[in-house]
Amino acid sequence: MRPLLILLFALLLTACAGPPLRGTGDLGLIIERASGNVTLVDTTARQPYARIGGLGDLSHASAVYSRDGRYAFIFGRDGGLTKIDLLEAKIVKRVMQSGNAIGGSISQDGRIVVAQNYTPGGIKAFDAETLELLSEVPAEFAPGQFSKVVGLADTSGNKFAYALFEGGEIWVSDFSNPKKPVTQRFPAGSQPYDGLVTPDGRYYLAGLFGEDGIALLDLWQPEKGSRKILENYCRGQEKLPVFKMPHLRGWSVAQSKAYLPAIGRHEVLVVDVATWQEVGRIPVRGQPVFVMARPDGRQIWVNFAFPDNAKVDVIDTLAGKVVHAFEPGKGILHMEFAPRGENVWLSARDDNKVLIVNTENFAKLGEIPAESPSGIFFTARAVRIGF
Amino acid sequence: MSPSNFIFALFFLSTVAVGSAKPAVAGEPDAARQKELVHLVRQDCGSCHGMTLKGGLGPALLPEVLRDKPAEGLVATIYYGRPGTPMPPWKAFVSEAEAAWIVDKLMSKFPQ
Repeated sequence: MRPLLILLFALLLTACAGPPLRGTGDLGLIIERASGNVTLVDTTARQPYARIGGLGDLSHASAVYSRDGRYAFIFGRDGGLTKIDLLEAKIVKRVMQSGNAIGGSISQDGRIVVAQNYTPGGIKAFDAETLELLSEVPAEFAPGQFSKVVGLADTSGNKFAYALFEGGEIWVSDFSNPKKPVTQRFPAGSQPYDGLVTPDGRYYLAGLFGEDGIALLDLWQPEKGSRKILENYCRGQEKLPVFKMPHLRGWSVAQSKAYLPAIGRHEVLVVDVATWQEVGRIPVRGQPVFVMARPDGRQIWVNFAFPDNAKVDVIDTLAGKVVHAFEPGKGILHMEFAPRGENVWLSARDDNKVLIVNTENFAKLGEIPAESPSGIFFTARAVRIGF
Repeated sequence: MSPSNFIFALFFLSTVAVGSAKPAVAGEPDAARQKELVHLVRQDCGSCHGMTLKGGLGPALLPEVLRDKPAEGLVATIYYGRPGTPMPPWKAFVSEAEAAWIVDKLMSKFPQ
């Protein structure tokens, strides 16, 4: 009885001293790319609750979450890797891990955080607890030649798949032993610009910039090798200039189809995930950058490269066409759905705010001030493969 | 060689032949336009070259990197793009004179 009383007393004391208990499932963060800040947000209240500075160059920064949704790992363009505590709203740890980074990922078991780097080209694995360097895989695709790494994605078994822009390959590194990764290489094609793993973790796709097509690898049967899908989707027609590279992630898959940005065409390509055959293409109002399914897969939201980055098109997957086209703000850089998709948050970079829009009727629900906002990342990503 | 490649090569050859003098900054854009151009470079060029111009998928655009490159070639790269690379032509959005102004600023100190 006595130990129990002591325990109760201790619990009471902690409860009095600390902030009110709360979960993290409805929290998130907004990257403010120009000022090195992140704004922490509550998606239930639809309000910011804290702002953290000193994160360095956050242009093109991205974030992944620990599996409890409490910690965010933010990868900055300058190679900074910052671990943030969302509950205490503070930086826990920060390391400079490379000269020029593009993003990162977290392992299936949540123990390893991997950063993908442009300079020096390769990936680096860190202990998620301490950010201590565990190992690295330089992207040396030929003797003395290093490639920028793009499209890093976590897959089952603490493996990570990624693509080499100059190397034209897909690599899969197995971190079962985090200090001794084992890497397999597969041909991809000319200039892979980004990649994704399907939500079930089975397929890795690398979008190609230097040729029409997408490289596909079945991670369940890697011995079968990589192959190309959507070959020659431009059908020999002159490509339109691309003023910003599209981004690929597992959000492309909805209703057993993948909705993928075309390169140099103002179209979204639709592919059947069972056969990997093209089953349609949907005209949109610019070069797509993000082609993101609402979590239920009913809608696909598309934003665009310069000079069409004020526009957003919404595709209804049942109708197979754009059902809503609007201009919600200036410089729409990124979109993030509430965990179950009832609203979407849009970064309007040149309006210095984040807009919250109802996905059923497209009404604006609110806005949050943010300086040059870019990426928006909610903790629901913590439980999704490839996010 | 594709037509666009050919045009680029022609332009590049012709400009190299002229030598590596500073680009003509005749008709410098007015203050409002300069502000737009700075925003364009930092934000939109920045999506590949980095907002701080230290590079990304595209190379760094810092003075020490650009120093040894002929300015006219850089102006042509902005205006016509670089076939075979992701660098697109920006001629629908900037004039050649404006591209020259951007190169001039990149080679000295690019405004914030």
